[in-house]
Amino acid sequence: MNYRAIQAIYLFEMARTWRTLLQSIVSPVVSTSLYFVVFGAAIGSRITEVEGVSYGTFIVPGLVMLSVLTQSISNASFGIYFPKFAGTIYEILSAPISYFEIVIGYVGAAATKSIILGLIILATAGLFVPLHIQHPVWMLTFLVLTAVTFSLFGFIIGIWADGFEKLQMIPMLVVTPLTFLGGSFYSVNMLPSGWRTLTLFNPVVYLISGFRWSFYEIADVSVGLSLGMTAGFLIACMVIVAWIFRTGYRLKN
Amino acid sequence: MSPIISVSNLSKTYGSGFKALKGINLDINRGEIFALLGPNGAGKTTLISIICGIANPSEGRISIGGRDIIRDYRAARSMIGLVPQELHTDAFESVWATVSFSRGLFGKPKNPAHIEKVLRDLSLWDKKDNKIITLSGGMKRRVMIAKALSHEPQILFLDEPTAGVDVELRKGMWEVVRTLQASGVTIILTTHYIEEAEEMADRIGVINKGEIILIEDKATLMQKLGKKQLTLQLQHKLDAIPPALAAYNLELSDDGHAVTYDYDTKGDRTGITSLLNDLRNAGIRISDLDTKQSSLEDIFVSIVRAP
Repeated sequence: MNYRAIQAIYLFEMARTWRTLLQSIVSPVVSTSLYFVVFGAAIGSRITEVEGVSYGTFIVPGLVMLSVLTQSISNASFGIYFPKFAGTIYEILSAPISYFEIVIGYVGAAATKSIILGLIILATAGLFVPLHIQHPVWMLTFLVLTAVTFSLFGFIIGIWADGFEKLQMIPMLVVTPLTFLGGSFYSVNMLPSGWRTLTLFNPVVYLISGFRWSFYEIADVSVGLSLGMTAGFLIACMVIVAWIFRTGYRLKN
Repeated sequence: MSPIISVSNLSKTYGSGFKALKGINLDINRGEIFALLGPNGAGKTTLISIICGIANPSEGRISIGGRDIIRDYRAARSMIGLVPQELHTDAFESVWATVSFSRGLFGKPKNPAHIEKVLRDLSLWDKKDNKIITLSGGMKRRVMIAKALSHEPQILFLDEPTAGVDVELRKGMWEVVRTLQASGVTIILTTHYIEEAEEMADRIGVINKGEIILIEDKATLMQKLGKKQLTLQLQHKLDAIPPALAAYNLELSDDGHAVTYDYDTKGDRTGITSLLNDLRNAGIRISDLDTKQSSLEDIFVSIVRAP
């Protein structure tokens, strides 16, 4: 293992995060606060309670997940897309490192950043509503698993994309709608039964449900199923990444 | 001594069906400066990209210091430093950070003293904290050389190192390359400037349409270049070269109004003085004279243009 190379890529990517602190940390915090104002204060005052939890409190796990999902994807996709765009990828490809090491470096950094971000958003939420986390270890497990899985997914998008539009396309057209419809702001049980069945095809439901369970022990689907679905998506992403590197898809001629 | 780079039977066909390289065989000797000449699109960059691991070969084998570039890629690649043709740099990194990053990427432990030496040698030391985006094109080029040298490679690839670089900087670059060679680094450079190959290289290879069409020591090539041709315009038409002048191997033009004489500028005696004397003695009067030397450029153009 070329640990120094992993470290070099990881630190390089983290340095990029600190350099772009405003857009990487501050803007998600601002938008989360806005969600609290709109959904928590304005709408929450009419809904009051969901499954025994106040509405403002209920949406916290969903909000954290919303940011972690979108940020993991955008961090990782941009992290690998930019060297391709700027041409500096030549150095990564000509270095004595394995594909596995490249992925650990980029995906590790992207996941780290979104985990930090998730925790900051959680802290921000704590300023608006009282928070109580029943299973902190499971909460962290879901957080890390989700961050890593979606950073891998972002890495795939970054390699696939051959323009900035494509880089934005999947997060905008697929991930954000799935997250909004995945029970960030409501319990799936509140939906009419037809919609509820349809919602179960949305992978994000399982992430948010499991994550919410670690907070309040309320879940739309069983925790085991949530964990299984997340792990399944993780494995699927790993298989695709392995294929990308084996074939050199969009990286090597 | 075994070659440090050995390319055998290398071919590259792109997905579009374009054959960029056709059965390349090339050995690079340890410690030499090898210049690869060729017109645009000849396959120079493709060849370098494959050796460095940026593109996949379609056929053939390459070994670096005896290590196969695919099976033993870690050992092979860690011997190589690559300076690509395009200025690919991270705009917002500092010079120091980007050069240190390259060293880490190649698995070498931190060594600030080495990075400092590289930056000083390339006159970049006072720019070490500058962001790369603020540097001029020539400086960016040197930053890329510094990155390639950060991990102390045994082989350095310079793909068109002086394209778009002013004369003074180009001379400076040559100086750097010579110093590197003196320290034992093998250097492969591609260039459009024949003058550069003449100035720097120990051996010269010419590649065209994906095939190596000539590999020769520069000294041998220069000997060919040492030949000059003297053309004498005659006042009166000559039907044949007089027997007294046979020793000069003169050639008479078809119209009988000019003779040409080949001589070696590197020889002790060019024979020009005695030729002119003998011509006068033979009663041949000269109206004009002209000398011509074929350059590496002429040779290059004639090889590349050949069908």
